[in-house]
This record gives sequence, C-alpha cells and structure tokens, in this order.
Amino acid sequence: MARYFTEEHEWIEVDGETATIGITDYAQEQLGDVVFVEVPQTGADLAKGAEAAVVESVKAASDVYAPISGTVLEGNAALEADPELVNTSPDDEGWFFKLTIGDHDELEGLMNAKAYKAFCDSL
Amino acid sequence: MNQINQSGWKPGTPVAAQDGGDHPTVTGNKALMLEEALIFEIGGADTCGVDLAETQTDLPSRMGKFARKDEIGLPGLSEPETVRHYTRLSRQNYGIDLGFFPLGSCTMKHNPRLNEKVARMPGFLDVHPMQPANTVQGALGVIDELSHWLITLTGMNAVAMSPKAGAHGELCGILCIRAALEARGDARKVVLVPESAHGTNPATAAFAGYETEDIPANADGRVDLDALKARLGPDVAAVMITNPNTCGLFERDMKAISDAVHEAGGLVYCDGANFNAIMGRVRPGDLGVDAMHINLHKTFSTPHGGGGPGSGPVVLSEALAPFAPLPFVEKKSDGSLRIVEEENMEDQHASAFGRMTAFHGQMGMFTRALTYILSHGSDGLRQASGDAVLNANYVLRQLEDVLHAPYGASGPCMHEALFGDEGFADGFSTLDLAKGLIDEGFHPMTMYFPLVVHGAMLVEPTETESKDALDQFIMAMRSLAQRAKDGDEALLTAPHHAPRARLDEAQAARKPRLAWSEANGG
Amino acid sequence: MAVEKHMRQLSKKNLAAADAPFFIGAGAYRHHVPASVDHLIQRGEFLTAYTPYQPEIAQGTLQMLFEFQSQVARLYGCAVANASMYDGSTACWEAVAMAGRVTRKKRVVLSGALHPHYAQVVRTMAKFTEDEIAGADPSLTALPDDDGLIARIDDNTASVVVQYPDILGRIPDLQRIADAAHEKGAKLIVVNTEPVALGALEAPGNLGADIVVGEGQALGVGLQFGGPYLGLFAITDPKLVRQMPGRLCGETVDADGKRGFVLTLSTREQHIRREKATSNICTNSGLCALAFSIHMTLLGAKGITALAAENHRLACIAAERLARVPGVSVLNENFFNEFTLMLGTDARQIVRDLADRGVLGGVGLGKLFPDVDGLKSGLLVTVTETASLEDIESLASALEEVLP
Repeated sequence: MARYFTEEHEWIEVDGETATIGITDYAQEQLGDVVFVEVPQTGADLAKGAEAAVVESVKAASDVYAPISGTVLEGNAALEADPELVNTSPDDEGWFFKLTIGDHDELEGLMNAKAYKAFCDSL
Repeated sequence: MNQINQSGWKPGTPVAAQDGGDHPTVTGNKALMLEEALIFEIGGADTCGVDLAETQTDLPSRMGKFARKDEIGLPGLSEPETVRHYTRLSRQNYGIDLGFFPLGSCTMKHNPRLNEKVARMPGFLDVHPMQPANTVQGALGVIDELSHWLITLTGMNAVAMSPKAGAHGELCGILCIRAALEARGDARKVVLVPESAHGTNPATAAFAGYETEDIPANADGRVDLDALKARLGPDVAAVMITNPNTCGLFERDMKAISDAVHEAGGLVYCDGANFNAIMGRVRPGDLGVDAMHINLHKTFSTPHGGGGPGSGPVVLSEALAPFAPLPFVEKKSDGSLRIVEEENMEDQHASAFGRMTAFHGQMGMFTRALTYILSHGSDGLRQASGDAVLNANYVLRQLEDVLHAPYGASGPCMHEALFGDEGFADGFSTLDLAKGLIDEGFHPMTMYFPLVVHGAMLVEPTETESKDALDQFIMAMRSLAQRAKDGDEALLTAPHHAPRARLDEAQAARKPRLAWSEANGG
Repeated sequence: MAVEKHMRQLSKKNLAAADAPFFIGAGAYRHHVPASVDHLIQRGEFLTAYTPYQPEIAQGTLQMLFEFQSQVARLYGCAVANASMYDGSTACWEAVAMAGRVTRKKRVVLSGALHPHYAQVVRTMAKFTEDEIAGADPSLTALPDDDGLIARIDDNTASVVVQYPDILGRIPDLQRIADAAHEKGAKLIVVNTEPVALGALEAPGNLGADIVVGEGQALGVGLQFGGPYLGLFAITDPKLVRQMPGRLCGETVDADGKRGFVLTLSTREQHIRREKATSNICTNSGLCALAFSIHMTLLGAKGITALAAENHRLACIAAERLARVPGVSVLNENFFNEFTLMLGTDARQIVRDLADRGVLGGVGLGKLFPDVDGLKSGLLVTVTETASLEDIESLASALEEVLP
C-alpha cells in the first residue's frame, strides 16, 4: 500500500484499485475542532478536482476536493456521529471516503510522505 | 462537568452550588446576579398570566375534523413570574444602554427614547397595512417624508422602502440591477466584490444568480483601480463596493471606479452599512452610485434589539428607479398619498421587478428614523458623522503605538479604526484580547473582520461616546494589548467576571440541541 | 418638542384600529397584547443589545432565543425552529429555496389560496433563481381545492406550498396533500399567517408537513402598518437542520461546566459561507421574537387554547349574524377566525364605504387578486377577541346600509 499527499492537505491511501481519502494532521490542526463532515454519496462519479466532501469547524467550512477521479465506494458513516474523529485520528479512523481509482496516472503528480513534510515545513 | 443544568433554581430541586468562588451560595445566585431556569423548567401547562374567559367545551365549531387533538406542551407563567423571568434574563445581556459598544461596521449608537415614544403612538402602532388609503394618510406621510430625506441625503433619484434589513436591501438593489440589465437585453454573469466586503455581499450576489469574483486591494487598503479596470468587460453586471470600506478608509477613487464601470456597461452597488461616516458630507449619488442600501438600525439610530429588526431602504439612481419593487408610496395630484401595488400598478410602474415582502416595509423603524432625522436636522446629522470620524481617529492615534495599525500610516481613518494582532505573544489571539475587554466592562470590538487583516480588530466608537468614555476604553485597550504581548496567561481564560465563562461552541455544533425536550432537560 | 408635535399630527391622520369596529386580517392580526410584553422588550439590555456574537455577555438574548425556538417548534409540531426570519412572506421564500436544496428539483407548486403577497415574493425570487413556479387562481368554493392542488404535483416537484388556514379562511386537508407530495418525492411547505389558530387547529407538523413557516406578528408584536413583523421557520426532520436558513441558538456548557447558550451551526450563514450560504439573511427579527416569546409565556398552553377558542366563538357568531344581512352569504364551510363573505358587488367599494362610516370592515378580495374577476365580490372578514358583540352588530348594520 502506498500513501500519497496533495497540496490541499489530503492523503490518499492506495490499495489495489481502491483509494481511501482523508485530510492530514496538519489540515485538522489548522481547522481546529471539527464539528461536521459531509461525505459523498456511494456510487457518485467524481472527476479529479470536483467538490467531494465538506468539513466544518466552529468558524469555518472547507470543501474537500477529489484528488483523483473515481467512483465513490463508501463514505465514512462514523463521522456523522463522531466528527471529532477527524481531530483525534486524522490518518486512520477519521478517513472521509473510498474511491475506485479511475485513472492510476493521476497518482503520478502527487507527493509522497517526505515531499509532503517538506511542503508543510515550507508553509 | 456533568451538571449542565446548574443555571437556576427550580421548585423541588435543591441546587448544590459549586459556584461563587470563595463564597459559594446554595442557590448559585450572586446577590444582584440571579441565575434563571428555562420556562420549560419553571412553567406549567395550567398556568396562565393573562386573564381570559374559561374555555367552554360545548361551543359550536366550524373547524371540522381539523381541531387539535394533542397537548400543545407550552409552559405558562403568571404575570409576576414572567416579569421576573425576562428581567433576570435581561441582566445577563450587554447593551448600549449599559456601556461602550465599539462594534465595527455595526454602528451601535445611542437609541433616543423619543423614537420609542413616537413609534408607540396609536396612529402608528395600531394601524393595519391593508386599511383603506384615506385612513392611513399619516402613515403614508411618514414613508413619504423619510423617503424625501433619504433621497436628499444620498443625492439619488428614488428609494425602495420595503426591504426588511441591510442584506434584504442589498438583494433588492442587485435585483434592480439585474432587472435593468435584462430590460436592455444585456444578460451579464459576474459581480465583482472586494476582498474586504461584508459576507452578505457575495451571498446576495449568489442568491440573485450571479457568479462573484474578488477585486484585489492595493497596499493602502483601497480598491486597486487598475486591477478593477482590467477586469471590467461585457460579462460584468455590477461592482459591489462598501464606501467607506471595511478597513475604515474612504474610497477616494470612487468616482473613477463608477465611471469605469459605467463605461463598461455595468452598474455600481454601494453597501451603505458605513454611511454614518459620511452622512451630510458626501452624497453617493455624486459619486456615480446606482444603488445603495441604508441600514436605518445603524445610521439612523433605530435599536438593534438583540439582532433585529432592522430596516434597509435602497436608494436608486435614475437608471434603476423604474425597476424598484412594489409596493411604494406616491403623491397624487391632489396632494394625497396612495400606495402603488399590484392592484393599481399602471404603465409607468410596469417594469417593477416584483415584490420583496408582504407589506410596506418596517414602518416601526421608519417612524423612529424620521424622528431621529427631524430631531437632528441636516446640520445635526452632519455634526454626528463628523464626531463619529473624529472619535475613531482619536482611538486610532491613541492606540497605534501599542497595537498594529495596518493602514494607520495611510492617513486619517473614517468612522472606524482597524488594528491587527501582530506582536502578540505566541498562543495569544485577538479573541483573548476581546474576552479580556468583557472583564473590563466593555463589549468587544468586531473581530476577525475584515478578513484581509490578520486577527483584525475593528473599532467603531460612533458619535455617542464622550472623550472621557473613550479615554477609559483606550486605557483598557492599552493594558490588554500589553498583556497579550507579555503573554499574561489569565487572558487565555477570560472573561472571569461575566455571567458565563467561555462557552463550548464545538459541543454545541457537534451535538446540536436546538429545542428543549423533557429528555435532555432538567 | 416640535418633533413630537409633528409626529403626533401625522399619527392623528391615521384611523387607529382601536378607534373603529375592526375586522381586517389577511396576514396581519390584531390581538390584545398584555402590557408587560411592551414593558419588558423596552428594557435597554434587550432593546439596545446586538446580535449575541459574544455569548458570555448575551445569555439573556440567547436563552430567550432557545426558549423561542422551543415554543415555535411545539406550536408548529416540529423538531427544530430557527431564531426568526424577517416576516412570513420572506420565510415562505426561504422554505421554497431550502426544499430546492434538499430535493435538488426546481418546480414549485403553489396553492391558489396562498396569500398573494407571499406568492408574489416567491415568484419574484424564482425569476432570478430560475425555479419554475406552478401557481393557480384560488377557487371560490366552500372548501379549498385540495384535489386540484394534488393534481398539479408531479415527479419534478420540489415543494408544494399550502396555506393553513388559507387566504379565504378555509382549512385544507394537510395530511392528504402531504401524502400526495411525499409520494412524488416533494416536500410539503405549510404556511400559517395566524399563530393563534394553532391553539385550536392541529399542528401542521403532526399532519405531514416537512417545513412549516409563518408570520408570528399576531402574538406580541402589533400591527404597525406592516412591519417589523416576525418570520417563523421550522422543520420536522432534524437531519435537515444544516440546510436551514437563518440563525440557530443551541445549548452547550461553559468552561466551568455551567449550562449556557450560543449561536451555532453558523457555518451555514453568510458571514462564513459567503456565496455558498443557505441564505443572505443577517439581521433578523430578534426583538419581535422576544415579544412573541413573552406573550406565549404569559399564555402558556392553557392561555393559547382559551384565546383560540374565544376567537373562534366570536367568528362563528359574526358569520352567523352577517349571513343574515340581505344579499350576503358566507362562502366557507370551515374556518378559524377569518372567513369570506360573498356580497354580489365589488367588495373594494364596500370596504371604502364602510370606512366612511367609521367601520374597518375587512379586505376586498379584488385588492388581493386584482387579476381574477370572479373574486371581486368576496370580502375577507377577520374576527379576533378584540371585537365585541357591539362591533359585530355595527359591521352588520353598516353593511346593510352600504350594500346596493
């Protein structure tokens, strides 16, 4: 399994034809207390860059964009009852949604963990 | 932490108070500060504070099968209980009547009580909006006189009086613009909005079906005229500008901006929220503005009432006047007044874009605003805006050595002074300073707005404050700024003397409890 | 002093409702407002406060709003109510917009017997949002044309808007309409302009409504020639709360664990979501909500039930008496405190003639529906607890005089 990162502070965990997407620890720290997450409907076809989810803190609402194109397999239902999972476990239990990967080539331009760390340090 | 219902005593429930610092009380009260439970905890279904005839059960009914079957579940209180309940609640509130309310962009000025007295005259309070016109000539006279004043003060051509508040007025203005453009067969898609705009501006444009784009600001906090000119074109319907802008600065290029927009076939909307800075001194009509709403609850002293009601008449240029919504008041040739609405809209009003609200607008606010205007006269209004600007500049200059003033060097400000959080110790924010201000007995200033300044603090003293009041505020601000820079930890948990400490907003939003229920209550 | 004198003179050029037998309603209702309501809303801490963005020093306004939301929700039979809108007509449009967001459909079916001003506001806004409005003229029948309304609902319908009681005073069968709307995947929006009616009629939320909106002016606020009034907005499904417009007050705790209230879910609102907000509303009707809430607290369940019963009793007496005026008949089979008289002549002229005799006798339907010829002879008459038996007699005898 490989994990990729975007400049929008999303992570993408690739397992065969399936990608799991969430936001990074850096992103959740910037947002503060997450109070609500809206995940995409199962079966939705997302183009790369399309609005896929919404994450809200007390004072801000941010869109989460699909980092690659694909069809939504599942949204994380646990976030409906416990949005704070995004704060307490951003890399694991706080995942947002799973996609079937539409085009593996789209993973090419993404960062690996080391590049992402350097990116955050530069901010 | 599990005792979330500690806010009040209620019958049969002893309160084991933990509160009161070193001197706890068993009730949780602190002398004049009385805790108060919810009406659902202290009221009863059989208690009633109004003297009504007993319900007869054998009456004929014309309601058929639709009569209510279940209990309504609404608690009642007796009259003395009601008076106490709301009086106790009121004492947990800050208001202008209590002290300085420097909320930038909101113009919290004194609300003269003559306004309240006049609004309660039976001829204003107790008339129905659908009475025959000859029985409401005085009410129509108020609308007519106030319209005249607003048109004169702004140098515009007409005014739509019906919008219910500032954002509603904005919508009215933008819809006039859209109707005018459509009437000339020129559908345009984009509305340009400065980065520093009120949030209502982009929301309004979106509601009217437009896409919005940001206009950049230049280094001294004003609209970048060249960038604006470069963006104008056949797809731009309108530019929405706040003048003076939300950084507290007068847009000196306003006339050039309007000319450029008009030349490109667009129209100019001005957000009038900050009209208190220029009232009686600058007429927006002279600057090429096509539409501007006026917040009667800001500039013309009608009370904010804990979040409304407001009133947002929109003044219009000659180009937009024919598109104003119904209804409006018109003088007939015999000098009497009539209401123009769907029933009698004749050819000359046929281009009205529609209707924004059921009746004629906020009559109760019109009587108050007209009373304020007549009490001041044109010279008094001019004096008020001058004093408001002088007060803001005094605050700016007295604080700029201890607080970062991003545009302080670009000259005098208008009616509000803008500061940022630069120089605060790590972990200390504008929020902490604001909460400290509560302990000092002031309402906080506007925070984190405009968005273009980091940790923004926008202070609008209005003409209401005396120099002594300003000096006391300045003393408090200087002390708090120093504490924020020094990293005084006590500031992080302020306020310490308010009816409540900082509230858990994350919990409120994660598990919303928006109505009382027996299950989660008492 | 000169200002006061000038304003008093303007005031005196109006005929106040208290100075005449008064029977006008049509979306604004005259009720007795207990003196303590006006006394309490004039306390400076309420009157001169701002929107409660600093909850530590605004618990008074916030607790009041929480109580207000709870009262409205219970009166309407709903799960959640917001902290108010501008008025009933704008709340009605906001409900239509919300139903569009939830269903992602663009067609709106309006009952012909929806208050025409409300329908106009919806049509005006829909022009710009490109929603399709399917309206109708009101039917001049003893009962509302529920069948005609149901027939217009199709699979593309986002919402069905029906007034309860309707503009002619009749009571539609909400449950039937709700079932038909839900079958087509549409939301039922119920509009109520007279909250006192819900002291006697079943709550719309208990009859299948999805969104209930209305005008709250009748309780605590006063006529004021049309404003400021109080828009009420409530929903039955709490899961849709993030699609609601307007401010919401919620319960939480402070850092010491004490109960307190805050404005919450504000990410829906214009100052955060900007062009993606659920509404551009900012200032609402806070002080009118306070007046409503105080009046409702003084009444309680017992009081609102008794008040509604008294309104209905007097309206029944008036309908019976007025039907005995030669040439006059009552249209309605059912009503609460408002009904339509058929006069056989243009009722607008009759209203003016009655006013010349010092009687404010109702609203001619021709004023509300200028484009519908068949309605001109209808007179909408409203009878609240403020009307005495003598007032009813005055109206009856004045009608006898002025009718041709």
